[in-house]
Amino acid sequence: MHADPAGVLTGSHFLDGDHACCEGALAAGARFSSGYPITPSTEVVERFAQRVPTVGGVFIQMEDELAASIALQGAVWGGAKAFTVTSGPGFSLMMEHIGYAAMTETPCVFVDVQRGGPSTGLPTLPAQADMMQVRWGSHGDYAVIALCPNSPQECFDLTITAFNMAEKYRCPVFVMLDEVVGHMTEKVVIPPADQIEVEPRRYTKLPPEAFAPYEPDEDLVPDMPRVGEGYNVHVTGLTHDERGYPDMRPAVQDRLVKRLLDKINKNADKIILYEEDQVEGADVVVVSYGITSRVAQRAIDMARDKGVKVGKFRLITAWPFPEKQIAAIAEKVKGLVVPELNLGQMVREVERAVAGKAVVRLVPHAGGSVHKPEDILNAILEVTRG
Amino acid sequence: MAEASVVVPQNPVEQFLRMDRIPHIWCPGCGIGTSVNSFAHALIDAKIDTKHLAIVSGIGCSGRVAGYTKFDSFHTTHGRAIPFATGLKLANPKLNVVVYSGDGDLFAIGGNHLIHAARRNVDLKVICINNLIYAMTGGQTAPTTPGLVTTSTNPYGTYDPSFNLPYLVEAAGAVYVARWTAFHVKQLARAMQEMFAKKGFSFIEVLSPCPTLYQRRNKMGDGLDTMKFYKQASKVRNGAPTSEVALTKSGEIVVGKFVDRERSDYGVLMHDTLADALGEDYVETEACSCQ
Repeated sequence: MHADPAGVLTGSHFLDGDHACCEGALAAGARFSSGYPITPSTEVVERFAQRVPTVGGVFIQMEDELAASIALQGAVWGGAKAFTVTSGPGFSLMMEHIGYAAMTETPCVFVDVQRGGPSTGLPTLPAQADMMQVRWGSHGDYAVIALCPNSPQECFDLTITAFNMAEKYRCPVFVMLDEVVGHMTEKVVIPPADQIEVEPRRYTKLPPEAFAPYEPDEDLVPDMPRVGEGYNVHVTGLTHDERGYPDMRPAVQDRLVKRLLDKINKNADKIILYEEDQVEGADVVVVSYGITSRVAQRAIDMARDKGVKVGKFRLITAWPFPEKQIAAIAEKVKGLVVPELNLGQMVREVERAVAGKAVVRLVPHAGGSVHKPEDILNAILEVTRG
Repeated sequence: MAEASVVVPQNPVEQFLRMDRIPHIWCPGCGIGTSVNSFAHALIDAKIDTKHLAIVSGIGCSGRVAGYTKFDSFHTTHGRAIPFATGLKLANPKLNVVVYSGDGDLFAIGGNHLIHAARRNVDLKVICINNLIYAMTGGQTAPTTPGLVTTSTNPYGTYDPSFNLPYLVEAAGAVYVARWTAFHVKQLARAMQEMFAKKGFSFIEVLSPCPTLYQRRNKMGDGLDTMKFYKQASKVRNGAPTSEVALTKSGEIVVGKFVDRERSDYGVLMHDTLADALGEDYVETEACSCQ
């Protein structure tokens, strides 16, 4: 279905990434957000608080991130599309309810505008150091989807994608900005509502007596009931059977938790998004994401000026990780260069996919600024020389 | 001789229970089930539209109420029933949202959420089963445990001062505050009916025995002995200043309705402020529906 025109600010705008993210949420149909202020993410909900009463919806500032990350899930079960926005310290507090969303299959979106850590770290400066936390941060086994915009335009576009994937796969979906992408201002084109595809909630068509809330469809995702319609749905973070009832038997745990992973992993080809350029015939491929991909582009251009055959592979979906694509690249190149604003996170996934078939060279940066293009260039040249 | 046929009418409470989940996990002598019985009678007597009733619980023995009641029911995380319920109510104001949970859940790990929901006056009906202990995990000291009792984490006696729940909730802004015990089943059901008639953050404390972990460890007898104690020690004092209703190990239990006042609830405050500030630009919603 198409977006509700009420939430779509069609036109050409000059927006920062945080504000573009808010417009993406509104265009996707988000009508509820519960937040707690934290730099450098607060601008997203400040704009939402200003805009949503003119569209029809609710913003509530909660008492902390624990509350924000569960209030939005109450709103989702109440019928809203909902999201929350935070940065590292708040993201750490939200881990409890990321697990709850995964276990209860609550479709919802979390935006993390990453800053330097650990702890309070660098409140106003960038990092990409929550990339493993977003995948593994809550306890237990589960799978998520995480998207990495590298421009305000993508903050708009991928926030819509995040809401659509959340509804389709009924899992928490993350939009992983960083401080630079969040605060950089660029042109953002918002298309007319009838050109924006919006995934509707997968409400069941079955009557209450025939409906089991956790009986999956063929795509391994169950349909949802509407509350207040006599379904008497039971939702619990305990291990549960297809009726939603607690059941502690190992076989039930096995069936449920495997499905939570399988519904993402077996649909990975439909979920994974990436951008590649001149990978074919390259000696070296730079694998990057978010703001670092834009610094990497400069290094790639410099290397090409020197005659180096260098390709670009940009992760748009960090999770699920495009391991098949990286494994295929590894068969054909001398090495892969992986710059990231952390001391080595996604590079571990690259190494796992490459499986020793090519050199993998991390270009680490502890955060606080972006890389110098020369540092990435030097890594490219070193790997090329072998 | 003709066979006698006996018609056993269905227990009127059964319609509100997930009978396929019975038997429940609560111990003999526990007061949680008793409170659910009062709740069911309140639903009948107040003619509550249960299709639009949602129950939200946290974690713990009392948190299991959501799992046994046949409504839209949400068993959330420890302490977070109230913020979940806040989102549910604000996104779907047609729902009548009841939070049913325990003292440890609502006042320790969830204490911050509770006082803020009361401050905002979100239209939630909060039923707090107070068994003075963390029961599900084996009888540890809670913020409600009175002084000079033995718990698994205070084996030499408790010395943490405890919360006086009605006093705290009144100060935070609740429009309705009452306390009854598992002995006062009729009064409790009536209080629940009154609570359904209120709009705003309403709170009932239900003092409940935990024979397995509180009474036994403190040599206070079983569930029945506790009922006798509740009967003997309770004193009805409607309108009592909440500052005077703190509980002690074996002293007087002041019960009754302490607070019943009017204050605009969060939905009204939000609506009026936005409508006033935005005029024609304000888009009122009955629900943030994504259909």
